[in-house]
Amino acid sequence: MHEFLFGIYPYIALTVLAIGSIVRYERDPFTWKSSSSQFLRRKQLIMGSILFHVGVLAIFGGHLVGLLTPLAIWDALGVSHGAKQMIAILLGGTAGIAMLAGGLMLAHRRLFDARIRARSSFADTAILLMLLVQVIIGLMTIVVSLGHLDGHEMTKFMHWAGGIFTFDGDAASYIADVNILFKLHIFFGLTIFLVFPFTRLVHMLSVPVRYLWRPGYQIVRTRKGKN
Amino acid sequence: MKVRAQIGMVLNLDKCIGCHTCSVTCKNVWTSRDGVEYAWFNNVETKPGIGYPKDWENQKRWNGGWKRTKSGKLHPKQGSKWRILANIFGNPDLPEIDDFYEPFDFDYDHLKSAPEMNAFPTARPRSRITGEQMEKIEWGPNWEEILGGEFEKRSKDYNFEGVQKEIYGEYENTFMMYLPRLCEHCLNPTCVASCPSGAIYKREDDGIVLIDQDKCRGWRMCVSGCPYKKIYYNWESGKSEKCTFCYPRIESGLPTVCSETCVGRIRYLGVMLYDADKIQEAASVENEQELYDAQLGVFLDPNDPEVQAAAREEGIPEAWVKSAIESPVWKMAMDWKIAFPLHPEYRTLPMVWYIPPLSPIQNAAEAGAISSKNNMPDVQSLRIPVKYLANMLTAGDEAPVVTALERMLAMRGYMRSKTVDGVVDLGIAKQVGLTPLQIEDMYKIMAIADYEDRFKVPTTHREQVEDAYDMRGGCGFTDGNGCSTGSSGKKIFGSRKFVVPTGGAR
Repeated sequence: MHEFLFGIYPYIALTVLAIGSIVRYERDPFTWKSSSSQFLRRKQLIMGSILFHVGVLAIFGGHLVGLLTPLAIWDALGVSHGAKQMIAILLGGTAGIAMLAGGLMLAHRRLFDARIRARSSFADTAILLMLLVQVIIGLMTIVVSLGHLDGHEMTKFMHWAGGIFTFDGDAASYIADVNILFKLHIFFGLTIFLVFPFTRLVHMLSVPVRYLWRPGYQIVRTRKGKN
Repeated sequence: MKVRAQIGMVLNLDKCIGCHTCSVTCKNVWTSRDGVEYAWFNNVETKPGIGYPKDWENQKRWNGGWKRTKSGKLHPKQGSKWRILANIFGNPDLPEIDDFYEPFDFDYDHLKSAPEMNAFPTARPRSRITGEQMEKIEWGPNWEEILGGEFEKRSKDYNFEGVQKEIYGEYENTFMMYLPRLCEHCLNPTCVASCPSGAIYKREDDGIVLIDQDKCRGWRMCVSGCPYKKIYYNWESGKSEKCTFCYPRIESGLPTVCSETCVGRIRYLGVMLYDADKIQEAASVENEQELYDAQLGVFLDPNDPEVQAAAREEGIPEAWVKSAIESPVWKMAMDWKIAFPLHPEYRTLPMVWYIPPLSPIQNAAEAGAISSKNNMPDVQSLRIPVKYLANMLTAGDEAPVVTALERMLAMRGYMRSKTVDGVVDLGIAKQVGLTPLQIEDMYKIMAIADYEDRFKVPTTHREQVEDAYDMRGGCGFTDGNGCSTGSSGKKIFGSRKFVVPTGGAR
């Protein structure tokens, strides 16, 4: 079971994430959107959404860098495991609290505002609650981490994540003995990857950064030369 | 010189009777769908009033349009690109649906299904968003119809700037006019500039501004960008929508639905040639009152052989060049100078122009005589204050509006003298700087307003841009995904299930 959840399930989740997203983008671009509900109810949205998004982005970036940067690079940079663990707890904790606060505001609005509730799909509500549960588990793991500040425990996850991406067949075994909270957190995270293409989360793949270097402001579509 | 062509529109407010036929026919064609039932691509407002959505003209509140920096550069008033992206999680300049109105329907079903009761059953309003009953309808698409509501509220109208407005709240001094509004299909559109996805674009061949529904991601910055608030967020599909200038009709050489169905025959359509290289400079003029003139400078004279040659070189079809010469829009905007852009101070260089309305002579009866100069009433004594019109059409510069009103009065005087007295009054024409020929042309186009004179729409040469063979078996107008309706029953990608808010008959 452990082998399946942490050795095979990651590949299932990532495959569905990638292929599902591509299929949706190709087949049904009309559904590819942020699904903003600010227009229906501004209250709680601005503050909630900013806290939530900034928190998520910081946490996402932190996990990406923290888990996938090989240990050798951290060692070369002279960052000890203990220091890295402290950074993770402090930054992750702060961002997690921001995300939790924003997420609670958004969830309250989504569940109790008549307009938003009436106009939410099952996926809209479900993904928000999943993210909230995930951030709560994530914050709870901090308590466990405070028990081993030397950072050794953390390196297990780095080995595991690195193992998954390098097709190491033994990846799951690296985290066989970690606290159940971590296992839950990982399982839940993978599940979010799995459902990603079927929710509004896809909007993060079209972050419009290209806007910044789009030449000028105006866009004119020409039909010339299209024969 | 980069010659481009656009189908422009002029609305003769002098003849608008406020019947809303344009709005209703437009709605039936374009926005009778869930998510946009609150949206009126064309609406008619009674002025003075705060309009739809509330207070839309007040850019201190909504931050629409462009801002000119000290160095003379332009960026959207809501912020430059960085600022717009920074606001993407929560847009501080976005109106809420209540600023338009909460869409409602009535419980008609209850009228026939109610059990026997002591009181007659009534059809109570029901929200189209939540499906629940509404206690009270707070606001509607045309809440200020014929000066509805208190003057106190309506006087928040932005066009009262610099006008001693209190006296217009008095019964004897009341004035009103209608303002039909639609997307301006601007030469320098802020909606296009504000879209982080680059989904909004202006068509090179006819100037129509459209939103690519497949590329729109619902970042909702365009709604704030447009100072006319003519971009509508479809809360059902999560995409923005706007007036399409009925492009399928325009391509076939037909007028837009609003123009076609206008019973007052106030709408005109015609080709305008313009120099795309001059847009930036014209929109960046420092003095707001010079923006109207600057936009006139962007237009190119279709009678000029050099312009014609340049237009042909750019690949503008011959029919379009010819049509530009006959364009009623050109005549009204450039020849007679009686049409003006709506709020040029937004720096968007709008392409839907307005002829200001004449109005009854103020206090004429009590004064015993009409103040006049050379047999023509003084436009300053018209019931609608000139300053008010100028604030709407020329950023407050009264002179061009005065000239336009005088020319319209002169046209009346000239024709009255000609048909009633049988005398051609050359003096009155000369007095307003027009020739008798021009006045008679004005009369034909503005007063008689035959269909053929109002609409000069050349067909688009689609055969030059697409291969009709590839289009066989096509499905016409859809919202993305080919011929699919966008809903295939149990959808894998989680569109919301269809809800009938009225709980029954539709």
